[in-house]
Amino acid sequence: MTLKHKDLQQIAAAEEQRQQGFQHRIHVCQAAGCLSCGSREVQESLEQVVADRELEQEVQVKGVGCLGLCSAGPLVAVASADRLYQGCAPTDAGSIVDGLTSTAKTDADGAGTLPFFSKQHKIVLENCGSIDPERIEEYIAAEGYAALYTVLREMTPAEVIEEITRAGLRGRGGAGYPTGLKWSTVAKALRQTRYVICNADEGDPGAFMDRSVLESDPHRVLEGIAIAAYALGAAQGFIYVRAEYPLAVKRLRKAIAQAERLGILGKNICNSGFSFDLQLRLGAGAFVCGEETALIASIEGLPGKPRPRPPYPAESGLKGCPTLINNVETFANIAPIIRRGSDWFAAIGTEKSKGTKVFALAGRVCRTGLIEVPMGTSLTEIVFEIGGGIPDQGRFKAVQTGGPSGGCIPEQYLHMGVDYESLAQVGSIMGSGGMIVMDQSSCMVDVARFFMEFCMSESCGKCVPCRVGTTQLHALLSKITQGRATPGDLATMEELCDLVKNTSLCGLGQTAANPVLSTLRYFRDEYRAHIDNQRCPAHHCSMATTRERP
Amino acid sequence: MRQQAEANICSEKDFAALTQDRQWRQVNRTMRLNNNQPEALIETLHAVQDTFGFLDHQAMAYVAHVLRVPLSRVYAVATFYHYFSLKPPGEHSCVVCMGTACYIGGSSALLDQIQQSAAIGPGETSKDGKVSLVVARCLGSCGLAPAAVFDGRVAGKLNPALMEEQLERWLSHDPEA
Repeated sequence: MTLKHKDLQQIAAAEEQRQQGFQHRIHVCQAAGCLSCGSREVQESLEQVVADRELEQEVQVKGVGCLGLCSAGPLVAVASADRLYQGCAPTDAGSIVDGLTSTAKTDADGAGTLPFFSKQHKIVLENCGSIDPERIEEYIAAEGYAALYTVLREMTPAEVIEEITRAGLRGRGGAGYPTGLKWSTVAKALRQTRYVICNADEGDPGAFMDRSVLESDPHRVLEGIAIAAYALGAAQGFIYVRAEYPLAVKRLRKAIAQAERLGILGKNICNSGFSFDLQLRLGAGAFVCGEETALIASIEGLPGKPRPRPPYPAESGLKGCPTLINNVETFANIAPIIRRGSDWFAAIGTEKSKGTKVFALAGRVCRTGLIEVPMGTSLTEIVFEIGGGIPDQGRFKAVQTGGPSGGCIPEQYLHMGVDYESLAQVGSIMGSGGMIVMDQSSCMVDVARFFMEFCMSESCGKCVPCRVGTTQLHALLSKITQGRATPGDLATMEELCDLVKNTSLCGLGQTAANPVLSTLRYFRDEYRAHIDNQRCPAHHCSMATTRERP
Repeated sequence: MRQQAEANICSEKDFAALTQDRQWRQVNRTMRLNNNQPEALIETLHAVQDTFGFLDHQAMAYVAHVLRVPLSRVYAVATFYHYFSLKPPGEHSCVVCMGTACYIGGSSALLDQIQQSAAIGPGETSKDGKVSLVVARCLGSCGLAPAAVFDGRVAGKLNPALMEEQLERWLSHDPEA
């Protein structure tokens, strides 16, 4: 079937009418965080109460994607009255429904004015928490697939790439490579068979942005991938998603099936002559598969080991063909850029980093969850205003960004605006967006050891510097946390960091030393206290008695 | 002797029988959907693990046969990726998250508790076959740190006492658990 613009508008209009038919709309978060504290039961109980009182015509109860404030789940939002109920139990259903008709003020009122929400700027997450991720009609009603339609009917592939380039969008996977440039490299490649891959192998410990986007608004990602495929002339694409995210996998499968049924994916999309087939590929728990060439090996059914670059995947990737690999969040930014124009997007953020960034705020902070802020927002605003500061009168110590490839940023840089350049300057990286706040109870040497243990275990073993270097670094760090280190070990460690960084084959090894280097740079006195006085300033390491963790 | 026995399981005739076996339906379907292409190896191993809980020698040999890849490559893939297990799982599974947020939140104490209550470390199954312990890199439930998955159900904001309670329910021979 071929979908026309009229059909899209009709679906949107019908859906809007359906929504407006309800006087009250209750949204229950059904993303992984809230589900795990019982939001399904809360939704069932709300539906039951509404049915018992015969209010089905006036009150809509629906499951939506992530509402953001994961630490206070299960969350229930009354969308028609700007109310947010936190920590709901199934027994609260009655009073929530009662509240719909009463004018009395409750604690749940004015959710939009809470600093957690008012400081945010949502582009990627604009539909998260407002649409039902399992219904394509709701996405279409929220201007979904309009960008794809415009692109297919009114723009040439070159114009699409030009628009993305002008927007100044940079890869959200961590390195920040300009997306437009990447696209045009693939488009210029000689071989005609091309592939598009969406990297949804979110492996950084402490990062759950991609999972939330896939669970809350999967169609947005599909639309971005389809637009990229059109711009590059790719007929086939893959989403490489972690098998550890069963809900995201389920919703993606459903979304692809729905889009195929409407003719938004598949043959001759919207009668434009453009055909695109999109498939899901499951990862199997290997962090190194986030690296482009390893990811390609994994899609080909091989162990996920990287290979030297060049040639870059843009020239020779999957099955030797030009391949575009972008991250979930990058693809999620594409449709809004097309819809609202590159100038709009380029006006947000800083000079070199445009747009917004989604962060997974977690660790020792009052309000944890998923946030989206313009590039250049300061760490103070993120940690203390949005995150609400440190719980239990704790004292801020550092914030860790970029996962095992990143670093720890100390207090003196809290005023700094977050963008690709500023983070690199202080020895960390943007990474995919994990942001872990630490207070005085965290030992920085132990944190470095934790990340090194991660890299050691995730090293694929192909190149010697990474395989052996991470093991040796881990042994040295363990010695320090156990109080068995000598002053000479610190120098050895620094030398080794330099070696691993400069001689490893892929990004995993090249960045593995970052957590050590950044903690050495800002918290050297903690290392010294462990070595010289056999004392852990955070009282975390039990010194001599610390046992080896697996 | 053992090798001899395994070779027997893996004869052509046995493979032919497996293509019709109802238990292997999902596995066969996955391979068929991918035209028995070698690229489908990881997808197929996922199907095997979904069906049987782990990958045994027979399953690997059968997949190698149908997809026409060397058994050594199947073994390489099965052992490279953490998600695949070559050992049968226990009756109940406990996955403890060791992501950064959970680590900061005290997931090591949870592991210590499991060691104390069930005498198992990561990757091990208790002697009575009741509980298997796996350590996950990150469940992505960082807002609920420290988190774990008990038989497929995510539980957040755990502490050693809650962990002990859960293990008690599994290890005592309570049919309600």
